[in-house]
Amino acid sequence: MRISPTKFISLLFLVLSVFYLYTAYNIQVFAFDENAPFNARTFPIYLGWAGIILSSLKIILPEKITTEVNHKHLDYKSIIYLIIISLIYAAVILKIGYFISTSLFLFASYYFLGERRWGLMFILSFPFVAAFMYLLHGLLNIYLRDPFLKYIGVMG
Amino acid sequence: MIEGILIGLSTALSLTNILMVMVGCFAGTIIGMLPGLGPMTAIALMIPITYGFDPSTGLILMAGVYYGAVFGGSTSSILLNAPGIPGTVATAFDGYPMAQQGKAGKALAIAAYSSFAGGTISAIFLLVAAPSLSKVSLAFRSPDYFALMILGLTAISAFSSKGQFLKAMMMVVLGLMLATVGQDSLSDITRFTFNNMNLTDGISFVLIVMATFAMSEALTIIFRGKDPNRAAKQISLTELGSIKVNKEETIKMAKTIPRSSILGFLIGVLPGAGATIASFLAYGMERNYVNEEEKQKFGKGSVHGLSAPETANNAACSGSFVPLLTLGIPGSGTTAVMLGALLGFGIQPGPRLYQTNPEIFWSVIMSMYIGMVVLLILNLPLIPYIARILAVPRNYLIPLILFFSVTGIYLMSFNNFDIFLMIGIAVVATFLRLYDFPMPPLILAFVLGGLMEETLRRSLLISDGSPNFLWDRPITLIILLITVTIVGWQIFSTFRKKS
Repeated sequence: MRISPTKFISLLFLVLSVFYLYTAYNIQVFAFDENAPFNARTFPIYLGWAGIILSSLKIILPEKITTEVNHKHLDYKSIIYLIIISLIYAAVILKIGYFISTSLFLFASYYFLGERRWGLMFILSFPFVAAFMYLLHGLLNIYLRDPFLKYIGVMG
Repeated sequence: MIEGILIGLSTALSLTNILMVMVGCFAGTIIGMLPGLGPMTAIALMIPITYGFDPSTGLILMAGVYYGAVFGGSTSSILLNAPGIPGTVATAFDGYPMAQQGKAGKALAIAAYSSFAGGTISAIFLLVAAPSLSKVSLAFRSPDYFALMILGLTAISAFSSKGQFLKAMMMVVLGLMLATVGQDSLSDITRFTFNNMNLTDGISFVLIVMATFAMSEALTIIFRGKDPNRAAKQISLTELGSIKVNKEETIKMAKTIPRSSILGFLIGVLPGAGATIASFLAYGMERNYVNEEEKQKFGKGSVHGLSAPETANNAACSGSFVPLLTLGIPGSGTTAVMLGALLGFGIQPGPRLYQTNPEIFWSVIMSMYIGMVVLLILNLPLIPYIARILAVPRNYLIPLILFFSVTGIYLMSFNNFDIFLMIGIAVVATFLRLYDFPMPPLILAFVLGGLMEETLRRSLLISDGSPNFLWDRPITLIILLITVTIVGWQIFSTFRKKS
């Protein structure tokens, strides 16, 4: 039996709702709140049941409109590269600071998306981020944490 | 009243004040374009600067910043599908598709005209009916708010689902589930945090909206890059920057603006409801008003679909000043910051302000209006240049959108857990979008989740756990009947199509 992607997503949502409901029933509330008409677990319990009912209906009822996606036309390679670069960016932003990590992230993203004009790639990464930081930090007085620039004395 | 308006005008039109409003509009537009930095933050940033000025100059500067930030939010919604504040989410539904068709300048111009018209009409309402409307804002009780939110969520599911109501309702539940993560507002008990300290304060709106709109949009563009039917098209610069609105489009706007202004203003008057519900409801209402042919254009770059939320959003902003000025109750985060600023100047808004200090009452209203006029004059000539952002090649634009999203999150929390979470949610959202699970219901549910739980809590506690609160009050009953009608209509149309 072949299950359609929409029904498969609904099945995942059903599993999520069951897990959510289980967690909701296990929320610890204060003893005096246990039998109150409304406590910290009431709303999540309603939501858990709503999720179960809606996803079950979606699984049971026949599909009126089917969504077809041609996987041959999807560019998995580029998207995986970009997600990996984004994850590395998130991992290093606190360690090497906003300026260097953001500039490198932009430079690497341009490269993996097929850009090879090195001069333009450089201008739209390092000087661009510097100008952006100056606009935020220097002109609009919006604090932008960067331990590295603070260490070398560029930022106060 | 006329005397009051003239006093307000004479104060607002001095050379210093005009200069201040221009500076404010410019700074506000830039701040508003950045995700996470909406009008509330923009005004808060200006408060220390305004303390050096006299009250009217300070208020005028803040008015410029306020409207500038709202316009900046619409700009990023339309051009990048990156709404930085909840009030401009509905603007992206038709504004972004219109920009993708090469009509970015036109979309921004329609947004600017609609905002201005919505602001003008609601300013007139504010002048004429502010004191009496304050009674309306007090007439709404918790059950009515709860019913209003149910209506808003049902309406957005019905109108954005393209015939797949159940999918949209599932997204509503998912949005509400995400909103319950973190501390319970009353008892401070942590829920669904799985002992992770980073989740104690809950998930921020900017994170969700950047992940489901901006970042997932960028990922979708790359994902479908090889699809010959859906790949992003290159568009001409002349068409992109053109702000010309033709006669047919003007007529459409002229029909939409009055009804969206009235709805937006009335919703804005209710404390807590604000621009978000107003813009979503106006979008839904407009879709119901137009003919079948226009209905099909919704979500694909409809003029009605863009004009309605923009008008209602601005009208609600003005409406939210009714409870602030007449009752001293700030109905939204932005008006709460404005209240702080007014108190800083020694002005105490409340029922007596209108009687004892009418000149202050009027100069606040006139400053807000002049801020809007200056914004239109300043920004219209800039639109052709702003719109050219979309002419940036895809290889550069996508990383810049990602940079824009990550910066918005980093500015708010300075931790990388939020960035990881945003990437995770964006990947899930990209797959959900691929199979036509709509994101707008999820966003609205997430925004309203906290308030919805709060009003349900109050209603159930007042009725001692009985569901009677749903039909005890006429306002609640009427709103719920409208909701039932919408759901019934969805079921009926499903069966009609089948047969």
